[in-house]
Amino acid sequence: MIPYLLKRLLQSVFVLFGITLITFLLVFLLPADPARMIAGRSATVATVESIRHELGLDRPLPVQYVSYLGGLLRGDLGRSYAQRAAVSDLIASRFAPTLQLALAGIFFELLIGLPAGILAALRRGTRVDQFVMALAFVGVSAPQFVVGLILIYLFAYLLPVFPLGGYGTPLHLVLPAVAVGLAGGGWYARVTRSATIEVLRQDFVRTARAKGVYPTRVVLKHVLKNAVLPVVALVGLDIGVFMGGIVVVESVFGWPGIGQMIWQAIQLVDIPVIMGGVLVTALFVVVGNLIADIVYPALDPRIRYQ
Amino acid sequence: MVRPRVLARGPRSGWARRFFANGAGVVGLVGVVIVVAVALAAPALAPHDPSRQYFDGLTLEGDPLPPSGRFPIGTDLLGRDLLSRVIYGARVSLLVGVVANGAAVLIGLVVGVLAGYFRGAVETVLMRLTDIMTAFPALILAIALAAILRPSLWIVALVIALVNWVWIARAIHSQVLSIARRDFVEAAAALGMSTWRTLFRHILPHLVSTLLVFGTLGISTTVLLEASLSFLGVGVQPPTPSWGGIINESQSYFLDAPWLVVFPGAAILLTSLSFNLFGEALRDALDLAERR
Repeated sequence: MIPYLLKRLLQSVFVLFGITLITFLLVFLLPADPARMIAGRSATVATVESIRHELGLDRPLPVQYVSYLGGLLRGDLGRSYAQRAAVSDLIASRFAPTLQLALAGIFFELLIGLPAGILAALRRGTRVDQFVMALAFVGVSAPQFVVGLILIYLFAYLLPVFPLGGYGTPLHLVLPAVAVGLAGGGWYARVTRSATIEVLRQDFVRTARAKGVYPTRVVLKHVLKNAVLPVVALVGLDIGVFMGGIVVVESVFGWPGIGQMIWQAIQLVDIPVIMGGVLVTALFVVVGNLIADIVYPALDPRIRYQ
Repeated sequence: MVRPRVLARGPRSGWARRFFANGAGVVGLVGVVIVVAVALAAPALAPHDPSRQYFDGLTLEGDPLPPSGRFPIGTDLLGRDLLSRVIYGARVSLLVGVVANGAAVLIGLVVGVLAGYFRGAVETVLMRLTDIMTAFPALILAIALAAILRPSLWIVALVIALVNWVWIARAIHSQVLSIARRDFVEAAAALGMSTWRTLFRHILPHLVSTLLVFGTLGISTTVLLEASLSFLGVGVQPPTPSWGGIINESQSYFLDAPWLVVFPGAAILLTSLSFNLFGEALRDALDLAERR
C-alpha cells in the first residue's frame, strides 16, 4: 500500500511537471506576441522591445522556463498583462465560486445518476429501464450551455423561482449546478446500472435472497456497498470532463469562477492568466485522479494496489 | 476484446445482424443519415440564403421574428432566416466533427500502436505524454489554444483533435499489448516476417472494429466540443453559420426569442445523440468493452 502511494504520488508530480512544460511551450511557441499586445498597435519598435525586456521575454526559452518554474514553486504565477494584479491573487478570488459550483454539480450528478441507475438495473429489460436509459443518453448528448439557457428560460423567466444569473445566495447556485449535473447524471446512471447488474449477479446476492433477506435490504446492504461506492470514486477520474462543463456553465450564468476568468483573459490575450487558469484546472484533475486511485481500491477489496 | 472470428466471418454475418436487432442503434443510424443528408443537400433544402439579411426579417422595432410561414422557425438578430442557418450549420458541425475526430483517431492509432508494439523507451515516452495530456481538461485546453491560434474552421478541428486523441491512444495501446502477446504474432516474428509487415498484416486488422467505434462515437464528443467552443466565441467565427455560434450571437436576446436557442440546440442534441446511439450499438454489436 505505501509503495503504491509513493509511486502514484511521484507519477502525479511528474504529470504536473509535464503540464507546466507543455503549457509554457504552447503559449510561447504560438504566434501571438504579448509585448506587442500590451504596447498596442501604434507603439514604436523601441517601446515594444523595452516591454519585451521588462517582461523578460527576450531571454532564451529555457531560461524563461526555469524562472517560470522557480516562480511556481514559490506560488508565483506571474502578473496579469491586462490588470495590475498577481495571477495567484486573481485565481484565489475565483477559487471559492468554482469550488462551490463543482461540489454542487457533483452532488446533483450523483443525486440524479445513482438512483436512476439502480432503478434501471432493478427493473432491467422493462419499460422503466428503457425510459431511464433513454433519458440518460439525452443527458449525456445534450450541450450544457443549451441546457443552462433552457433552465434559465423555464425557471428564472417563465416561472421566476431562481435568479437569471450571478452569484451570491444558495438560490443562485441551483440552476448552474443542475446544468453541470445533468450530463454527468446521465453518465453515472449508465455506470451505476452496469455496476448494479454486476453485483446482482454475484453469489452473495443470490445467497442473501435465498435466505429470505428482504429485497430492500439486499439493495441497501449489498448493492450500495459493492456497486455504488466504487461508482462514487469515479468522480475523481471524471474531473477533467467535469471542469470543461463548469467553464461553459460559468459563462452562461455569469458565475465569477475560474472558467470565467480564463474566458475573459482570452479576450484580452492575457497569457499569464490563461496559463495560470489552465494550470489550476489541470491541478484539479491530477488531485482528483490521485484521490480516486487511492480511494477506489480501498472501497473495492477485489482491486489490488499495484 | 476483439474476437478475430467476427472479422474472419465477413461483415454480413454476426455483427450486422446484432446491430440491426438493436432498436436504439437503428434510431441512431437513421439520425446520422438525416444529419448527413441535410448537410449534403443544404443548398436544396434551405428556403433562403443563410447569410442574407431580409428587410422583412425583423419587426418594425428591429426585433427578430417568431416562426411564421415565410420564416419557418423565425429569424435571427440580423433578420436572417434561422432555418437556413441551422441547415447550413449542419455542414460546419459535421465537417469539423468528421475531420477533427478522424485526425484524433489517426493520432491515437499511431501513438497507441507504436507504444504497444515497440515497447521500451518509445512506449515510456509516448504513454507518459498521453498521461500528461489526459490531465488537461480538454475543453479548457481547447479554449486556450483556439483563442491564441485565431480560430478558423480548420484550426478548431485541429485543436479538438489535439485534445481528443489521448483516450483513443490509451485504448489502442492496451489492445495492441494483448494482441502482440498472441501466438500468431510470435509465429510471424519467428518465421522472419518484417516488423512493418507484421504490423500491417497481423496487428492493424484486429484494430479495425475499435477504430470504427471511435470513429463514430467520437463524432458525438467532437460535435459537442465544437458547439461549446463556438458558443464561447473561440470556435467557428461568424458569419459562417455554426450551431454553437448562432446561440452565442442570440444569448442576450433569447428570453424574448427562445427559438433562437431551441432550434440550433435541438440540432446539436440530435446530431450528438444520433452518433452516440449509433456508436454504442456498433460497439455492442462488435462486442467491445465499455468506455466513456
